[in-house]
Amino acid sequence: MHIMEGFLPAGHALAWTLVSAPFVVVGARRLRRVVAERPEARLQLAAAGGFTFVLSALKLPSVTGSCSHPTGTSLGAMMFGPPVMAVMGTMVLLFQALLLAHGGLTTLGANVFSMAVAGPWVAWAVWRAADRLGLPMAVGIFLSALLGDLATYGVTSAQLALAFPDAVSGFGGAFVKFAGIFAVTQAPLAVAEGLVTVVVMNALAARGQHPMVGVKA
Amino acid sequence: MTARTNVLLLGLAALIVAAPLVLNPSAPFGGTDDAASELVAASHPDYRRWTTPLWEPPGKEVESLLFALQAAIGAGVLGYVIGRRSK
Repeated sequence: MHIMEGFLPAGHALAWTLVSAPFVVVGARRLRRVVAERPEARLQLAAAGGFTFVLSALKLPSVTGSCSHPTGTSLGAMMFGPPVMAVMGTMVLLFQALLLAHGGLTTLGANVFSMAVAGPWVAWAVWRAADRLGLPMAVGIFLSALLGDLATYGVTSAQLALAFPDAVSGFGGAFVKFAGIFAVTQAPLAVAEGLVTVVVMNALAARGQHPMVGVKA
Repeated sequence: MTARTNVLLLGLAALIVAAPLVLNPSAPFGGTDDAASELVAASHPDYRRWTTPLWEPPGKEVESLLFALQAAIGAGVLGYVIGRRSK
């Protein structure tokens, strides 16, 4: 889902930066408030951040014969609500842009929007919907992580299609092409992320680091 | 959920990730991020990449070192929280 440095026209890069910035600012405020109100939540926050760090570092092979990485942002979105993950995701993306030349500074806004905003919000919405439908908690966690992961890659495909529409078929055709690269590869990996997220949530719950079910965005 | 369920779920996740290596052993397993960049270059040949990374890891080895470091930091923090005895 990383759009590489220089692979978005300047106008698009600027626009996505402006779109993402408020989410990160609100997220930082929310993060400060969580820490101030519940200092004991710092450990859970660290766990959520650590999970994103690990998962987004792992480039995993997929059935398509190419590799892609999960995002790990759904866990924290379920535990703390999506705004906090805008900050965590930005930290991961900055690390990768500066040290790994993976992603970039001009494309940071677009990448933050897909991985740290859209993914967590979709994950959180799915989590809440599953709760309301009365689905078992494990099923809700699984679906949330699965769809949050896929949403991130869907947004990346849309961002690239907006910047580079197909000469003949326009945005739609380009979206299908980019999604063909990302989404198909991502599908099995998103399932794996869903399974691992269930296990980690279990482990956190068993250690008394219980996630706050139904936290408000 | 029991420890057995956890092992089962992790095993299943490992299977999903490992299966392609067995099913499709001759595939190049390149990154999708680079594939997307290549598609841009192919479909819009007159697009000029207007910035490049400030710094790039010199070589694959250093790059994999930094990726491993990222995973290690994350796993270390996560493991500390999960392994910590609750008071």
